[in-house]
Amino acid sequence: MSTATTSPATSPAAIPATRLLLRAGLLTLLALGGTFLLDPYRNYQLATAAGIFAAVAGLTLLVGLTGQLSLGHAVLMAAGGYGYALTATRVADALAGSGAADGVAGLLLPLLAGVVGALVASGALGVLLGLAAARLRGPYLAGLTLALVIALPSVAGTVPALAGAQGVSAPFVPVPDALAALIAVEQWHAWLAILLTSCAVTPLVALRSGRAGLRMRAVHDDETAARLAGIDPGRVKAGAFVASALAAGLGGAVLAVVTQQVSPGAYGLGFSLLLVVAAVVGGLGSLGGAAVGAVLVTLLPWLVDQATGALPADLGHRLQGNLEIALFGVVVIVVMVLRPGGLARLVRGRSRNTSLSTNTER
Amino acid sequence: MRSTTSRATPRGRTGAAAVLGLTAATALSACSTPAAADVPGVTDDTVVIGTHQPLTGPAAAGFASISAATAAYFEYVNDRGGINGRQIEYVVKDDGYNPATTQTVVRELVQQEEVFAIVNGLGTPTHSGVLDYLDQNGVPDLFVASGSLTWDQPEEYPNTFGFNADYVTEGAALAQYALDTDPDAVVCVLGQDDDFGEGILQGVELVADEVAVNETYSTADQDVTAQLGAMKEAGCTHNVLGTINGFTALAVGTAAQMGWFPAWHVSSSGADHPTLVEYLGEDGAPALEGLVSVNYLPHSPSSDWYELFTRINDEYNDGAPYTGNTTYGMSVGYQFAEALAAAGQDPTRESIVAALESGELRGNGVAPLTYSADDHFAYRTVRVAVVSDGVQDFVDAAYEVSESGATAVTPQETPLENEGVPAG
Repeated sequence: MSTATTSPATSPAAIPATRLLLRAGLLTLLALGGTFLLDPYRNYQLATAAGIFAAVAGLTLLVGLTGQLSLGHAVLMAAGGYGYALTATRVADALAGSGAADGVAGLLLPLLAGVVGALVASGALGVLLGLAAARLRGPYLAGLTLALVIALPSVAGTVPALAGAQGVSAPFVPVPDALAALIAVEQWHAWLAILLTSCAVTPLVALRSGRAGLRMRAVHDDETAARLAGIDPGRVKAGAFVASALAAGLGGAVLAVVTQQVSPGAYGLGFSLLLVVAAVVGGLGSLGGAAVGAVLVTLLPWLVDQATGALPADLGHRLQGNLEIALFGVVVIVVMVLRPGGLARLVRGRSRNTSLSTNTER
Repeated sequence: MRSTTSRATPRGRTGAAAVLGLTAATALSACSTPAAADVPGVTDDTVVIGTHQPLTGPAAAGFASISAATAAYFEYVNDRGGINGRQIEYVVKDDGYNPATTQTVVRELVQQEEVFAIVNGLGTPTHSGVLDYLDQNGVPDLFVASGSLTWDQPEEYPNTFGFNADYVTEGAALAQYALDTDPDAVVCVLGQDDDFGEGILQGVELVADEVAVNETYSTADQDVTAQLGAMKEAGCTHNVLGTINGFTALAVGTAAQMGWFPAWHVSSSGADHPTLVEYLGEDGAPALEGLVSVNYLPHSPSSDWYELFTRINDEYNDGAPYTGNTTYGMSVGYQFAEALAAAGQDPTRESIVAALESGELRGNGVAPLTYSADDHFAYRTVRVAVVSDGVQDFVDAAYEVSESGATAVTPQETPLENEGVPAG
């Protein structure tokens, strides 16, 4: 995590830090327990939603708190995914020769190395983008990040290690023997996804509620005033971008663990815009809203698919792939008309609308 | 004080969201704990199987008609009592040729639809992403619609079987035919930048001493002008193409615009004449004259299978235009029906794999199937087809390819029996 934003944040948040960790731990346990209620396919959907949640959480913080619009978070996820897949594969191959491939070490080492790889890859890209973000504002940053998404397939096709449209595969993480009788592969992957996602989101919560969050809001509200108060807007913006990129990178790693593959097709323009939709519908700046938005963008295409399946084949085929895009547009419009603060407000009611409006309703 | 309240809010909201999510989840709940069950997808009177196909997206134009043909063949079989008294239910999911979507729809097929097997999942980039998943879940992964060598790894993926003649076989046969017809041929290769193109190139290198130029394209490309320019410059006389239909048409059309008419030797995955004519239009069609391709399926008007499939196509597929995809799709259907019939009165996932590995299945191709315990490819023999006066038909040449190269053989088509419905 960027030192510029985290280190000052820890001191004032020292007392609630234990409470924060406790809450994060409780919620994680609750989610882990929840997987027992789901069938394998829904656990797979849950794991996917968790990965998307990590990325949307980073994005919603970036857009909601500092006002930087990134349309390219899919690329940061892809960077995390590629980082995970390439590192984990290397480590798994190296272990396979050494005889340590079996047992817990053989299971965890590739996974952990892969996560580090994901953080390094997405962090590096995040730093580059953050440097640009410190100098660009509004539509220019959006344009830059948009260009990255469009360039992804070409980059994947040009760099041999990324293996073009076919993508690279990530090693499969099997269920540990001790748990094999208890849970299925999908549930195990959902667990991993939940754990990784909580590692991505909890620091964001700390950032948001700590001093760094205040700085971000200050920069968002009035850069000149922030500068007068001794805040360097460039550093704050770049730091926010890196934090957001790391969360997205972990989200990409989650998806790589779950699907064992990373390909540019999975991180196209449509998906990138869906992340923005999830952040907007959930409520900009709200992490709980990000969770709702992530679940929505995971489930809606599936529900549409179920619905079109019931239609006559000819009509169904024509609607497939198109209907969900239209539906997302409708959802955004309806939510914006009825609840401008996003779905998070639906849960919390309207009482706090006024106190947070400066940060979330731009 | 205010900062404390605002600090607590995000957690509160996350909590509320989590509870909401859990409530929704409980409503749809079922347990995830693994349990031993009957054979998935098989009941007393049905067998449910599934596939992933590009029905929308860039690859749809070339391949969407395959699953329709397969479904039509199954309907034909079902009308004649099915296999061992069981009706075959074929669930087709659209993946838009996007590997990420394939991941989702295949899980849907396995976990929601609880299919007995995945049959004819289409595409190398798409299917390689679900290979491990299917293996871990012990789902038979039959007749993958791609010629990548990936499907032939019986040790690692004991349940995966390829359908197409592998790309290396095709590449070797195409190049050998070029050398047999013109010993002075300058052989060049244009291939897709994945396993497909690489396999074709490997095959060409197996038989040709020298590949003058090797160019590649990506399916995201808009044109292949640069590649063809380089090939023309190098004086290629015979171009071996590892291209899908759309890019075969693009290559032939672009060369014709350059006023260049070399010999085209095209993989079966991209040499379907009616489809190519559709791409090029009637004006561009003459450029396809003399186009050489190879095939392992009975796609020839002189074949009994072709005649039967044409009838099924008229009756069960609303008389859709008959193309190579129709022969392909129906052959997939026939091959599955034959394997299912051989898997016994009460088929299990193990027994259908055992039936395939027994080596007793014949298929309906230009040579008997080569499946065995250590070979998970269907065809090692391909027959040459040439477009002549606008009709694509077999010539007498056929090649069997092994590691030592391509050998000319006499084709021996499996005869049609019992109206194309395998007996149990």
